[in-house]
Amino acid sequence: MAEYKWPEAGKRALIGKRTNRVDGPAKVSGSAKYTYDVKRPGMLYGKILRCPHAHARIVSIDTSEAEKLLGVKAVRIIQGPGTEIQWAGDEVVGVAAVEETIAEDALRKIKVQYEKLPHLVHEEELEKVGDRAKPAAEQVSGDPDSAFKEAGVVVEGYYGLPVITHCALEAHGCVAEWEDEQNLTVWPSTQGVARVAGQFAETLGLPAGNVRALMQYVGGGFGAKFSPDRWGVETARLAKQAGKPVKLMLERAPELMVAGARPSAFARIKVAATKDGTFTAWQSESWGTGGIGGGGSPPIPYVWNPPHQRKRHTAIAANIGSARAWRAPNHPQACFLTMCAIEDLAAALKMDPLEFCLKNIALTGERSEIYRQELIQCAELMDWKKKWHPRGDPSVGPIKRGLGLAIHTWGGRAHDSECRATIHPDGSVEVSLCTQDLGTGTRTVVAIVAAETFGLPVDAIKLNVGDTRLPPSGGSGGSTTVGGVSSSTRRAAQNALEQLFAKVAPDLGVAPEQLEAAGGTIRVKGNPSKNLTWKQAAAKLGVTPIHATGKNPGPGNLNSSGVGGVQMADVSVDVETGVVKINKMAAVQDCGLIIDPKLAESQVYGAMIMGICYSLFEEKVMDRATGRMLNPNMEFYKLAGMADIGELVVQMVTGPEHDSRGVIGLGEPPVISPGPAIGNAVANAIGVRVPTLPLTPERVLAALEKGGVA
Amino acid sequence: MDAFEYASPTTKEQAVALLAGEWGSTELLAGGTDLLSLMKDYLVTPKRVVNIKSVQELKGLRYTAGSGLRLGALVTIAELVEHPQARKEYPALIQAAEGIASPQIRSLGTVGGDLCQRPRCWYFRNGFGLLAKDEQGGSLVADGDNRYHAILGNSGPAYFVNPSSLAPALIALGAKVQLFGPGGARELSLDRFFVIPKTEQDREYALKPNEILLEVLVPPATKVRSATYEVRQKEALDWPLVAAAVALNLDGNKIRTARVVLGHVAPIPWKAPEAEKVLAGKTVTEDLAAEAGQAAVSQASPLSRNAYKVQLARVAVKRAVLQAAQGGV
Ligand SMILES: Cc1cc2nc3c(=O)[nH]c(=O)nc-3n(C[C@H](O)[C@H](O)[C@H](O)COP(=O)(O)OP(=O)(O)OC[C@H]3O[C@@H](n4cnc5c(N)ncnc54)[C@H](O)[C@@H]3O)c2cc1C
Repeated sequence: MAEYKWPEAGKRALIGKRTNRVDGPAKVSGSAKYTYDVKRPGMLYGKILRCPHAHARIVSIDTSEAEKLLGVKAVRIIQGPGTEIQWAGDEVVGVAAVEETIAEDALRKIKVQYEKLPHLVHEEELEKVGDRAKPAAEQVSGDPDSAFKEAGVVVEGYYGLPVITHCALEAHGCVAEWEDEQNLTVWPSTQGVARVAGQFAETLGLPAGNVRALMQYVGGGFGAKFSPDRWGVETARLAKQAGKPVKLMLERAPELMVAGARPSAFARIKVAATKDGTFTAWQSESWGTGGIGGGGSPPIPYVWNPPHQRKRHTAIAANIGSARAWRAPNHPQACFLTMCAIEDLAAALKMDPLEFCLKNIALTGERSEIYRQELIQCAELMDWKKKWHPRGDPSVGPIKRGLGLAIHTWGGRAHDSECRATIHPDGSVEVSLCTQDLGTGTRTVVAIVAAETFGLPVDAIKLNVGDTRLPPSGGSGGSTTVGGVSSSTRRAAQNALEQLFAKVAPDLGVAPEQLEAAGGTIRVKGNPSKNLTWKQAAAKLGVTPIHATGKNPGPGNLNSSGVGGVQMADVSVDVETGVVKINKMAAVQDCGLIIDPKLAESQVYGAMIMGICYSLFEEKVMDRATGRMLNPNMEFYKLAGMADIGELVVQMVTGPEHDSRGVIGLGEPPVISPGPAIGNAVANAIGVRVPTLPLTPERVLAALEKGGVA
Repeated sequence: MDAFEYASPTTKEQAVALLAGEWGSTELLAGGTDLLSLMKDYLVTPKRVVNIKSVQELKGLRYTAGSGLRLGALVTIAELVEHPQARKEYPALIQAAEGIASPQIRSLGTVGGDLCQRPRCWYFRNGFGLLAKDEQGGSLVADGDNRYHAILGNSGPAYFVNPSSLAPALIALGAKVQLFGPGGARELSLDRFFVIPKTEQDREYALKPNEILLEVLVPPATKVRSATYEVRQKEALDWPLVAAAVALNLDGNKIRTARVVLGHVAPIPWKAPEAEKVLAGKTVTEDLAAEAGQAAVSQASPLSRNAYKVQLARVAVKRAVLQAAQGGV
């Protein structure tokens, strides 16, 4: 049996080299078809009537006028009279019509009566949330009381991040088409093709094998696109009722209102250190909401583990839409709360935070040596030693500059994946697995791994993904995909190759174990001139292709988990206007063996940009009186443009000790640190903490009223 | 959006004849960058849309040293930005125009449309009405999230801010507008064009429902130094939080007279005579500019969440004055 491992550094033709993403041309030219582009014969368009109230009971629904409208083919009550609605924008009635405009007109003819109920949409002031607060038990370790008493320096602060949304370019939605009463095909916009099909089947009461899901491209998900969602299931039901395929994609407003809420997190934090800067104690009272269910509790103190701790978290049930995982769930919040408190502690000690972190690095646990190296590398990229100054830029004029840093971690363990490699007698190669490429480069990674194993160029690999009739692969969440698909592909390809070697070994007069695939040939190890071209070798198969399967988990150490990263930001703040500009950000990140550095860097760049967005601009603004979201559009739900981003520098950490860990996921970790790196840089620039994100002129000026350089 | 009748007249007379005598049942369509969003969101539901893009007399940008700049209502913001003489003579106007949205919006959006665009108040845009009243008749804005709302001219019932970037600059430069209705043409100083609505049925400008804006006339500004300073959080595709347009009539280093107009601070472009008084007869210094900024906001009465805009307005005026004095660039 083959030994499953990655090729050694000197023997890699493709792994670790900068390969362009294979789907680039299709995306740039527009030939890549997204769910949004799917158009089926006779297809109807679905629309949903949504509840305008944040908390209400449905009293009555009258759909009769809508049903009479010419062109309306199906009307379905999604949540009927008596139902308690928990957020504005929740689904009430679905309509399918021959045109989008007719469906829209039909919605306006539906009459719904509501009994309004009291709502809560603001959670920043814990004192005001009343019985919506669900406190968890206090957790204590060490002896925090004595630690605070004996401390050289104690700092208390308040910090927080609001609820934000995912803002994927392609909205949620799907197309649903019934083959017959019992067989459904869906084209979802999803992060998990295999998984979503099963969920459709389960909810609709169909045998699992009767739902086929198809998706080639998806315009982003960021954690919010795993389930079929109520609107997806209703799309299928409308299609069944109408006897026609139905397409239902969320408009931008509901996309922002109901299709994703990253839980907020606020905390009053007290931290302590000895006079010489040894971090000793942590105390926090934290709270936040992820919607009516409450939402996750951020793992604080994050990465750092001082010996004495007391903490309590309160989840708040708010009528804001349901919480969804958002790229590295809970980590950006935890990192912001922790790293801001640490920076404030360092400032109180009059210490450079870099020195403080290096001094206390042992408190980061098993990865402390990697963190230490990454901090030093990142500081070099930023020219930190030269540019850093104590709190409050002393230079004259309204523009103040500052530096900030943060460190983060993530798991990224490979998910379950099954891959089928096929070698056809004509020499063509197929690799098939029901995975999805979120834009992260999954296709490219699979192609590189297969090509590397077969000794072929990347474009020799025909890839089949995004179809539930292919071998199943996990959903793309938790940064689990790259480890899963690269491992299953490697094993499948090695298995296929083993069969091919067995077939051609007699022709080359050696044992199969003496063969290797490289440079488009099957050749004898140590005697490369003794070879067959790939095509000649494949021709020996006669008429029967080789099909081989590889799975993850499986034999051999192809992947593991646990990464670290450091980010630093250099900002300018106009203290007269409160406008923050990013001059430069640097990221140093490890993630084990890197299949394609170009794609890896691209993940980090994207994450930093997303991080700049939530640090400076993003906020789901809710209206207290009406309970409605006030900015469900791309005008006032602000995201950074090119000019807002500044210079970004990415350095991936590589080398034998990282290669030996195998492949580890990367999509999420680099989005964790930007918040505190930028927030700390602003504090360093202006000499005062701006406690909550986003760092808008309003918040920056409010902080400056209380102190700082202005 | 609701179904509507579409009319495409070719003369201004035909255009006004197609307009109804009350607001709401007809709307004019120029570049459509605002009107279409308003219609898609059911904020206006006209029975008839009157496209004016085929009315030739509404087009054309002309500059003469003697009479200044004539901007037909249909001149696009991109045309204005690219006009060499306008660029040279009216820096405040060009700086304001260059900040508008994006190249796409600038090449479709028109000068008339910019002046007549509707407020971006998020209560209005979310369907709570122009004056955003709650069921008891109280203001959703005054008690709600008013971070982008008015700090001046906000004694009610309107709390939104006038969105036009061009208006403050044009008013500072002394522009007039020609309006045309069934009774013929009338001229109005641009600062009188904007009004604070009192009821939900009113509009934010002095047009009658069956009038159109024909053209904007900007007097020559050879002796004037002007500048616009906008405080924007984002570099592109974002609205200014506050803007200030300043036009200084200089005698050597000394300011003979000054015009200071603020944008995004009130339901109308907001003239700041207090600041003008501070500047008149003085030589520009950093301190004087700051004093003018202070004076400009002396009457400000921020709402619950927008006190920061007072500071922004102060700074915008200061920076616009300094920028204008340095030659308006
Ligand atoms: C994301 C975004 C950002 C923006 N940022 C800015 C900004 O920073 N500053 C700024 O000033 N603008 C900004 N705008 C608005 C943009 O400038 C306006 O939408 C545009 O100028 C409107 O011109 P239009 O020709 O498309 O008008 P239309 O949409 O055709 O009309 C707008 C309104 O004016 C009326 N109207 C048009 N022409 C006439 C006329 N001749 N007589 C009478 N009534 C008329 C219409 O009936 C309608 O009510 C932004 C827009 C967007 C979408």
